[in-house]
Amino acid sequence: MNSICRLTPRHAVQQWLTRLLLLCVCSLPLHASAQEAEPAPAQPTFDELVSQLATGNLRQRAATVEQLATHQDERLADILNALVAGDLLASKDKPPVIAIRSGDQLTNALDGSDLTGAAGLRRIPVNNSLRTQLRGMVAQLNLTHPNSDKRYDAVQRFIRDGVDGETAALLRERQPTEGSGRVSDAIDAALALFDLQTGDRDQRMAAIDTLSGSLEQEARNALRSVAENDEDAELRSAAAKAIESIQGRIEFYRFIENVFFGLSLGSILLLAAIGLAITFGVMGVINMAHGELIMIGAYTTWGIQVLFPDLIEWSLLIAIPAAFLITALVGIAIERGVIRFLYGRPLETLLATFGLSLVLQQAVRTLFSPLNRSVTSPEWISGTLSINPVLSITYTRLYILLFGLAVFFALLLVMKRTTLGLKVRAVSQNRAMARAVGVRSNWIDALTFGLGSGIAGVAGVALSQITNVGPNLGQAYIIDSFMVVVFGGVGNLWGTLVSAMSLGLINNFLEPWAGAMLAKVLVLIMLILFIQKKPKGLFPQKGRAAAD
Amino acid sequence: MTLKKIVKQVGALGVACSMALGALSAQAEETIKVGVLHSLSGTMAISETTLKDTMLMLIEEQNKKGGLLGKQLEPVVVDPASNWPLFAERTRELLEQHGVDAIFGCWTSVSRKSVLPVVEELNGILFYPVQYEGEESSRNVFYTGAAPNQQAIPAVDYLKDEVGVERWVLAGTDYVYPRTTNRILEAYLKANGVAEEDIMINYTPFGHADWQNIVAEIKRFGSAGKKTAVVSTINGDANVPFYRELGNQGVSAEDIPVVAFSVGEEELSGIDTAPLVGHMAAWNYFMSEETPENEAFIKAWHDYIGDTKRVTNDPMEAHYIGFNMWVKAVEAAGTTDTDKVIDAMVGVEVPNLTGGTSKMLPNHHITKPVLIGEIQDDGQFLTVSRTEELAPGDAWSDYLEGSKDLISDWTAPISCGNYNTQTKSCVGATAE
Repeated sequence: MNSICRLTPRHAVQQWLTRLLLLCVCSLPLHASAQEAEPAPAQPTFDELVSQLATGNLRQRAATVEQLATHQDERLADILNALVAGDLLASKDKPPVIAIRSGDQLTNALDGSDLTGAAGLRRIPVNNSLRTQLRGMVAQLNLTHPNSDKRYDAVQRFIRDGVDGETAALLRERQPTEGSGRVSDAIDAALALFDLQTGDRDQRMAAIDTLSGSLEQEARNALRSVAENDEDAELRSAAAKAIESIQGRIEFYRFIENVFFGLSLGSILLLAAIGLAITFGVMGVINMAHGELIMIGAYTTWGIQVLFPDLIEWSLLIAIPAAFLITALVGIAIERGVIRFLYGRPLETLLATFGLSLVLQQAVRTLFSPLNRSVTSPEWISGTLSINPVLSITYTRLYILLFGLAVFFALLLVMKRTTLGLKVRAVSQNRAMARAVGVRSNWIDALTFGLGSGIAGVAGVALSQITNVGPNLGQAYIIDSFMVVVFGGVGNLWGTLVSAMSLGLINNFLEPWAGAMLAKVLVLIMLILFIQKKPKGLFPQKGRAAAD
Repeated sequence: MTLKKIVKQVGALGVACSMALGALSAQAEETIKVGVLHSLSGTMAISETTLKDTMLMLIEEQNKKGGLLGKQLEPVVVDPASNWPLFAERTRELLEQHGVDAIFGCWTSVSRKSVLPVVEELNGILFYPVQYEGEESSRNVFYTGAAPNQQAIPAVDYLKDEVGVERWVLAGTDYVYPRTTNRILEAYLKANGVAEEDIMINYTPFGHADWQNIVAEIKRFGSAGKKTAVVSTINGDANVPFYRELGNQGVSAEDIPVVAFSVGEEELSGIDTAPLVGHMAAWNYFMSEETPENEAFIKAWHDYIGDTKRVTNDPMEAHYIGFNMWVKAVEAAGTTDTDKVIDAMVGVEVPNLTGGTSKMLPNHHITKPVLIGEIQDDGQFLTVSRTEELAPGDAWSDYLEGSKDLISDWTAPISCGNYNTQTKSCVGATAE
């Protein structure tokens, strides 16, 4: 066959006509009549099909993939896996060079030669429907993959797409040799789903029994349809009972999920507020620029990632001390430059720091542009910890929760167990007496403000992982921070912890019921009413520590 | 950013200032003034600054071609600072003090609503470049962005017919555009036989950052065994944490696709797009369109802004179309007189950047192609569906009670923004 014949388009009528025409042209020297050419449609080879992947539109690509699947070729799995992951590249040559990318390495998809460094390779685009089609095909190939995660995904894919006779046979074949418990449970569920539809009565009973232990959404839906529509009353009631037991467990896990979400929201509030608990709570400075200090911390994270593009995985760990130092220095500069002239004049402090917050925002806008900066999430912080099909916890939130608590206890330690903490408490309780015993109160003021600001910067590092890093970042958190500190009781660190967590939980349990908008309003109203009743918050300072 | 760069920027600012002063004094010969009304500070600066730059580029290019009616164009840039009432004040300033002949500006619907009475009172011309909720038509405003029937409805059709979606989450930010759009979509879905319990509507405040609850809820809503999709009118910054949470909770585009009406190339340039691959957006323009016009536009933009990493987006194309239409209309009218230009605008045709020719309709909306794209990992869109022909913008939705009988036609003899085809009368200012 010459090369013109290979390029037959894959569309029904057009394809047929073109093929006929091409066959006529190509086979003229060999065959005298068109009838002879009829039963010999050009069957493209595997290599040709792979080259075709790079050309044509999405529909044609889907058809090519379909054809590829009929070939038994050991390269197929790699090529399809790369295509679905967006790692299959093609050049614009004719015929195109097809390459598989893994990390920085490029290998030729057909002959396996090294192409690393080759230029002009562009990703072969795939869309959702093609991706779904590919995942189904990859699942079949991955069922015997050495990696148990891949096998698990493959079985999950079967369950999602619906198990038919062919896949059920594949699964039954795999079942005895499967080593991983998780995968073999999934295979059991998949086979039970199949039996529930097609098996005899005993098999179906057994299937219901198996499925009653599964939290998979498909299992629930299959059981529900049996419970509602089946002719056999006994099966119906068994299915209904199974659903009930599943439902009970789902409710339980949902509650756990809600508590976790609440605590995670609380930990973000805690991080945002804890610096303020020092500057406002201990020093009594109404610092409206607190949010902007958080923003500076977040920008530091971005700066670290820009400066060290090779250390993305470590960037957050580097950013934590960097952000602390930078924002602490900014904080000290603010204290020395503005706030120290305004002690004892809360209204003026409020206005001055508010003005400062606008200055800082616009400065960032002018220096870095008003556009948000993209902060990359390191690999280890992305993804979910999937406990079961209905309960999964995102790593980002988990780490932020732990980080928030760590920062809190570290700060507590500094305040209660170090000389600096002792002096801070002394100055805030009785400035004159502290000075009399030799504490340089000016220095302590600056250092305390620096400490509070530094912690705000550290909070910014954490927040850069869940929200936008832009000039407006701080504004979103300033109100919440004040809310937390006031609710918890000014000057009490434990109060800040309890108040942040309870506000997070309350907000989270209200949200599904009232909607995000109304939940915020309700929380604010509750807070106002609470402050009316207890003006000093949850844990008011007592005795000598209380200022008035 | 290096210190050198900062110094350079500050220097550039100084040069720009002195140049502006010089220009003021040297402005003896007559120019045609063009107002640019986009926020350069505040929350909307993120989106609107780009449009200001686009306008300055278009004006500069036109001046290189010899200006308009033999005169040079002079941009007058003001900063309404994302402050809605300030938009009205700045518009008054542009029209009364500077005497501009056309204003290109606004982004949010609320800013447009604020400007509307002023341009009508002072008889100015406003070109509004952003997709919006419809249900409005003013003689003094030209809507070069998409009306709901040029974006929302075709996107829902695509999901319904091509993807097979049966359950719908309508998620939006809590303000006029998402509320009206979702009202239209809900009516449209119900008219297409979607049951009440298969539609979930959710509103969140501007800048919402904690999405874990809502995403978990969407996941649960989508686990009922029917194909589910999210139609998102979430605006601005809130999108980034929303998509990030989707990615973190493992909601992939194959399970629950999200189609967004406010997420374009510019918004994506601020995020790590890997977890978003396959989620969709409906627009009338994508930067990835391979037409000669688009390639030229992108090149001009990169040359002007001096950064080849900057992206182009749909509202930029809307300004491109709007500006070219205005130039053509002024040339046709031979004057910048507002009434004559408004009359000359209707019927003007200019090429758009996706290979077609957009036309100004009597209702002051334009014809546009509707493109649906899937997000790719480079932050660009892969077009998966496009309308065969350009869709004409419809000011009044056909799916809402009270607006389905209304049409807008600013040509004689109707000359009315909300003409009721049933009662054959102009509703006037009372139309909602």
